[in-house]
Amino acid sequence: MRRLIFLLPLLLFAALAGYFAFALISGRDPRELPSALLDKPAPDFDLPSLLPLGLTEGQRLSLAGLKGQVVVLNVFASWCAPCRVEHPLLLRLARQDKVHLVGIAYKDRPEDSRRFLAELGNPYRATGIDRDGRTGIDFGLYGVPETYVIDRQGHIRKRFVGPLSATLIDRELLPLLRQLERP
Amino acid sequence: MFIELGHFALTLALFLALIQAVVPLVGASRRLAGWMAVGRSAALAHFALVALSFAALTHAYVTSDFSVANVVQNSHSAKPMLYKISGVWGNHEGSMLLWVLILALCGAAVAVFGTNLPRELRARVLAVQGMVATGFVLFILVTSNPFARVFPAPLDGQGLNPVLQDPGLAFHPPFLYLGYVGSSVAFAFAVAALIEGRVDAAWARWVRPWALVSWCALTVGIALGSWWAYYTLGWGGWWFWDPVENASLLPWLSGTALIHSAIVVERRDTLKSWTILLAILSFSLALMGTFLVRSGVLSSVHAFAVDPARGSFILGLLVLAIGGALTLYAVRAPALQGGGLFAPISREGALVLNNLLLATATVTVLLGTLYPLFMDAIGGAKISVGPPFFNRTFTPLMVPVLVAMAVGPLLGWKRADLSAALQRLWVGFAFAAAIVLIGLYIGGFTPVLAILGLGLAAWTAAGVVGEWAERVRLFRLPLRDSWRRARGLPRASYGMSVAHFGVAVLVAGVAASAFEQERIETLRPGEHIAIAGYDLALREVRRVPGPNFVADEAVIEVRRNGVVIDEMLPQRRLFTVQRQSTALTAIRTSLVADLYLALGEGDDQTGWTVRAYHKPIVSWIWLGAVIMALGGVVSLTDRRWRVGVAARKPAGVPAAAE
Repeated sequence: MRRLIFLLPLLLFAALAGYFAFALISGRDPRELPSALLDKPAPDFDLPSLLPLGLTEGQRLSLAGLKGQVVVLNVFASWCAPCRVEHPLLLRLARQDKVHLVGIAYKDRPEDSRRFLAELGNPYRATGIDRDGRTGIDFGLYGVPETYVIDRQGHIRKRFVGPLSATLIDRELLPLLRQLERP
Repeated sequence: MFIELGHFALTLALFLALIQAVVPLVGASRRLAGWMAVGRSAALAHFALVALSFAALTHAYVTSDFSVANVVQNSHSAKPMLYKISGVWGNHEGSMLLWVLILALCGAAVAVFGTNLPRELRARVLAVQGMVATGFVLFILVTSNPFARVFPAPLDGQGLNPVLQDPGLAFHPPFLYLGYVGSSVAFAFAVAALIEGRVDAAWARWVRPWALVSWCALTVGIALGSWWAYYTLGWGGWWFWDPVENASLLPWLSGTALIHSAIVVERRDTLKSWTILLAILSFSLALMGTFLVRSGVLSSVHAFAVDPARGSFILGLLVLAIGGALTLYAVRAPALQGGGLFAPISREGALVLNNLLLATATVTVLLGTLYPLFMDAIGGAKISVGPPFFNRTFTPLMVPVLVAMAVGPLLGWKRADLSAALQRLWVGFAFAAAIVLIGLYIGGFTPVLAILGLGLAAWTAAGVVGEWAERVRLFRLPLRDSWRRARGLPRASYGMSVAHFGVAVLVAGVAASAFEQERIETLRPGEHIAIAGYDLALREVRRVPGPNFVADEAVIEVRRNGVVIDEMLPQRRLFTVQRQSTALTAIRTSLVADLYLALGEGDDQTGWTVRAYHKPIVSWIWLGAVIMALGGVVSLTDRRWRVGVAARKPAGVPAAAE
């Protein structure tokens, strides 16, 4: 029995190492979507929008409202440091007028999100408030930031976990958008 | 030419590390003096070769040799010299080389300063370090060769990530790595003790200074990283529970537990297997930090280029090193002789409480860091825990640590009287209560937790002063006698006082962050912001050229009571090579408060976003960390580390025949 206690650290480590191996082999690239939602309809959402940025009073950000256009959906939070790193890239992305970029503020107080956007600039055409993280759970959110590409039919075509980089935008995001926007 | 020499030296270093890993180990088990002595020369030669190879890479950076792929990817001829040098470790390959260099340095240090160790122990320690070095040099040579050439050589490099071009960050990795890798020495001592099957007070006395060096370096490294985040990210935060920050905090927490539990081993000859486990754990957590950052299993701001091949290799190393050590632990640790029970109310009881709380905190932070991954693995809902989790779980664990920290040093060994200790602290308690009451009176109950935090800091500081006063019998003996006592106190005791005082300073700085004020406004030239009694006027925003960037620089006039007291110049820099911009904040810092300005996007017509923060005693956070590290250094100068070793010799191991 006493020996078992001394074995415990080894067993715990074995479990952890096994888990790391799994994570390494299964999720070849942690920024890729684990196939669950790829090419499937995006989970439905209907969120109050962050005012006064973007939409007018009483309007909401919903999946139905976005149908018919290719949308880049970025999930962020004011408490998330990588989001701040990613933010300048989003601002630059938003300046290309073909990109319809919308945001979801995940588990964040609206006044904090608003201050975040006032501080760093607002790249989003509309921002939904996911106060309790319900929509995040529906999307299988792994952490913030995450970015999704949703096509005209409302299907998820791509997911980026973690902050976007200039390379990811140039090599993957923009080519995909170009391809999806072809009539 | 130099580059090939560096590559060759590193290959040779691999073979020396192999020799260092095998020969002394065999020598120690067979009692062959000559074989054991090989460890020392091998460690020194290994260090010389790794240093040569590091120098070769540094030379390539300094001379901007763009026929080397690593230099092309991470340097640029227009970069200032400081960043050419820091660029060596600003990338994956080079930082691994620095890692190995520090590992070799630690091995050489054991070889040089370990002459008073029993020969078997020293041979085994060096062998374990040789094994670790073998693994990591092999890792560099196989998966991350910094010496690869490119042909044809490009005209200029791609430059270092501008975020990394900063003096604070230039020195952050060396300290952090010294902390990480320094814990390998305690690890090697632990494994050697397990092989030998013996842990005693003398062992603890040898391990503690090494653990302290690593702890000091880690403290400074983490503080530098946090300070860097504070002044460059431009939003005033200093800690955000990012996986990579947590990876550095984890070995720090277990290392803190280790330097405390080693005292119990030294003084009371007990808690041995726990101390061994902590030594193994600290290095394991440091290795895991390396793995998590480089394998891409967790993504983070700081993450280096993701590469699964490297990830698998490091995971293999991790399994060998940690798994091997823990297996040895499972086999050998049960046989270690424990030294009897002890009373809960005693110095050692307080140290055990400290260890329990710190270990719990380590596990909490580890869980919070890995939780999203676990949820992902079992297919459950994926949830990110974020800072709210850490704030709610970590803080309550630190409160009892601080409460006990003031009392613990006043308790005697073996058996102590808690009420007597508390009576001696009544002044401290009154001081803390006064701080809380004044805080509540001025603050009007608003951030009540922050005020209690300040009270806790005051309590901790008062505990330090109270303990010192008790030791020198202040006001109970004539002052001259107290002075003599004060001079006679061991350095280790002063080290503890200084380090604990540093904790109090740090806690005060953290608690006071609840009192900060912020204003974010869009200003056109000529407009004002008022914050915390200051009046800030934007005079103009001008273009300023730099060596490898152009900057928009705001000229902001700071007035207090109508008098101009300063001019602050926050910048927004656009790095031309990478087309990436960074903020250069302007900070007016003092021990009382920081006035912190950052310039956002904008232009003269629509106005510039200006962010202004007023942060009371925020600089105490880093000051506290520096004081803590200083305490560690003071403790290291204690003559006990040198004298104590001789004490074992008479009872020591019979020397093997030369």
